[in-house]
Amino acid sequence: MPKPVEVATPSDREVVVTRVFDAPRELVWDAHTKPELLKRWLLGPPRWSMPYCTVDLRVGGKYRYVWRNDDTGAEFGSYGEHTEVAHPERIGTTERMDGLDGQPLDYENPPEGGEPAINTLTLTESGGRTTLTISMVFPSKEIRDMAVQSGMTDGMAVGYDRLDDLIAEKVG
Amino acid sequence: MSYEQQLDATFAALADPTRRAILARLATGEASVHELAEPFSMSQPAISKHLKVLERAGLIRRGRDAQRRPARIEAKPLQEANMWIERYRELWEVNYARLDNLLNELKAGKD
Repeated sequence: MPKPVEVATPSDREVVVTRVFDAPRELVWDAHTKPELLKRWLLGPPRWSMPYCTVDLRVGGKYRYVWRNDDTGAEFGSYGEHTEVAHPERIGTTERMDGLDGQPLDYENPPEGGEPAINTLTLTESGGRTTLTISMVFPSKEIRDMAVQSGMTDGMAVGYDRLDDLIAEKVG
Repeated sequence: MSYEQQLDATFAALADPTRRAILARLATGEASVHELAEPFSMSQPAISKHLKVLERAGLIRRGRDAQRRPARIEAKPLQEANMWIERYRELWEVNYARLDNLLNELKAGKD
């Protein structure tokens, strides 16, 4: 059975979300780094697909995700660089987003500029289960506090509790 | 926009952490591009781009004051302050349920 999510604020500008998966971390690592696997789960709501996904998994290597609404053709994307690649435990990335301004996306040359979000994915394994931790670093303490006060993190924890029920239904 | 188009636009607008932070800031009161640029350490054109995406998604409105054009949270798509959080959460519920299924499949393949 899946475990609930925990949310913590270990430093001034950081929020950390944790979730356990009932699988060895090698598989969770693969699911986060192999484009053919990412395209199968990192999709968002129904009707969205991921027509473009590249991952150059090395420090300084870039990644680029593009999502498309299969009904309307609307697209948006996410992209950045790997700042750390420590198989099979940790991946650091910068992240920026583009799209939704009515212009077609440039898949291979996304726009430069703007302060990126800093994400760190950490995987630890125990007894065949993997604990996934995502750290999100905000531009300042003020912004993080506003985000936390707005209920984002509490909301995520509650949401993951519901996810357990959802999975229990599917498994059961 | 239809409800589903609205949801899609909201989903995509909220996928970006900076835009979520801008909304959190606007939840405490309206602000101009200039006022948003400083705490976010971003240029005014960069902030303007984010505001356009949020405006297109119907999450904020821009004031008519030609000088300031303050941005404020749009009440209708955000009946409650937490509604956008709810939508963001639903995204990850769906994604991680899919990841669970994929991991089960990968495990079965290794057995």
